[in-house]
Amino acid sequence: MSRSMAVLLASLAGITMVLSKFIAPLGDAEVKVADWFNVLAAIAFVLGGANLLKMNLLAISARGPGWGYSAVTLCAFLVTLGAGILKVGVPPAAAFPAVPFSGEKDVNGSALWWLYEYAMSPITGTLFAMLAFYVASAAFRAFRAKNAAAMFLLATAFVVLLGRTYAGVLATSWIPHDNPWVSWLRLENLSAVIMSVFTNAGTRAMIIGIAIGVAATSLKIMLGLDRSYLGGAR
Amino acid sequence: MTPAADVATPFFVEGRGAIAIALLVVSAAIIGGILWARAGGRVKVRRMAGLDAVDEAVGRATEMGRPILYVPGIMDMDNIMTVAGVTILGRVARTVAEYDAELEVPTSRSIVMASAREAVQSAYLAAGRPDGYNPDRIYYVSDEQFAYVAATSGMMARRRPAACFYFGCFYAESLILAENGNAIGAIQIAGTAETAQLPFFVAACDYTLIGEEFFAASAYLSGEPDQLGTLLGQDVAKAVAWIAILGASVAGTVVAAFLGAGPVADGLAALRQAMGGGG
Repeated sequence: MSRSMAVLLASLAGITMVLSKFIAPLGDAEVKVADWFNVLAAIAFVLGGANLLKMNLLAISARGPGWGYSAVTLCAFLVTLGAGILKVGVPPAAAFPAVPFSGEKDVNGSALWWLYEYAMSPITGTLFAMLAFYVASAAFRAFRAKNAAAMFLLATAFVVLLGRTYAGVLATSWIPHDNPWVSWLRLENLSAVIMSVFTNAGTRAMIIGIAIGVAATSLKIMLGLDRSYLGGAR
Repeated sequence: MTPAADVATPFFVEGRGAIAIALLVVSAAIIGGILWARAGGRVKVRRMAGLDAVDEAVGRATEMGRPILYVPGIMDMDNIMTVAGVTILGRVARTVAEYDAELEVPTSRSIVMASAREAVQSAYLAAGRPDGYNPDRIYYVSDEQFAYVAATSGMMARRRPAACFYFGCFYAESLILAENGNAIGAIQIAGTAETAQLPFFVAACDYTLIGEEFFAASAYLSGEPDQLGTLLGQDVAKAVAWIAILGASVAGTVVAAFLGAGPVADGLAALRQAMGGGG
């Protein structure tokens, strides 16, 4: 019964969202449904927080590999939660100077702002910067010239990469740019042609397939043909 | 009465007629495919190496006594890729249950965790092994993209899963996860519709489901006639799109080369604008 109700709700929400794109009076339905989802997600966050506490407490009590990370996670979670809920370091709002806790939780100078600026932001930046090394190691494997196709891929990548650097522009600057018969051979032009014609054509083909796949998956959900995301077959 | 009140609001949103027709054609093709399959019509599905390798990956993990990692992306259940990822999780979990292997599912959203638990529990029940289901192995990590990646990568380094599945919506974390999986020697199968992340998965994973293959995976793994019928419908819709693109390209070329301005050119320009094209 509850599963049928969930399928019915999913179908109704889905159909409303589709119709809102075409029927003007339903125009704000998309915003409303998104608001409902945000409310649900906020309630579910309590579930997530409780699970985070439970899993990390279990890991600490079991003293398994990496339990120290769980301790750090728990400390960070509780400190951040406390700083946000208690509005540590937040002055009262200008409009209500006599009312404690009336200021914004993440105002400049507050504990939550400090945690974000001096802990969260640098850590996130560090992890993002590490992507450069991951790209290098993945590219090293992908561009190994082990057969004709891989060699072709390597050559194309080389042209595209070089064509987007000053060195690439300089390397073929001797080719006249005002002669249409040869100007396309300049690396910056060749790179642009590869990206805008060949890559674009392939990407668009993929996007058409994805759009049809999205439509099929949505239709299966709206018709109740696929309920496995709710934990049940048809 | 204000002047604005005199203007009647149109019932239909203007300029979306062509999109509505395209949507109806695609929907009709998919429903037609389902009805065809239900009526016993033959649906031929080509082999998908990435999905055929699921059994091999789960079997390998079982033999090695190491866990299987499943990452359903970093977005919430309002993203269709996450829904598809959780659907595939249900199919993979059934294989895992049959092999009596260990499945680990870190999630970055609470609702995804709840949904994944439902899907996995149902799979274990269907496999006749309800006792093998452990809800603690499907857990919430963090909504923050890089916090989730750091925790999952750390788990990969410590527990060294023998098979890693990445099915869902991914952004910059795709390469970090896939490279870490590669470093520990895991069999890796990925699928996403995020075109910007596909090259990273192709470079770092053993098998990658590209775009539409990702959405077809659930139907392929289920083998149910209704589900397979949708694949037939998708192929018909693609054929219609192919014919429309070819026809419009030929007509556009003929108009540009021989006819010049006129009703045909105007019609093509209107069609181009209706489909969201520029210029």
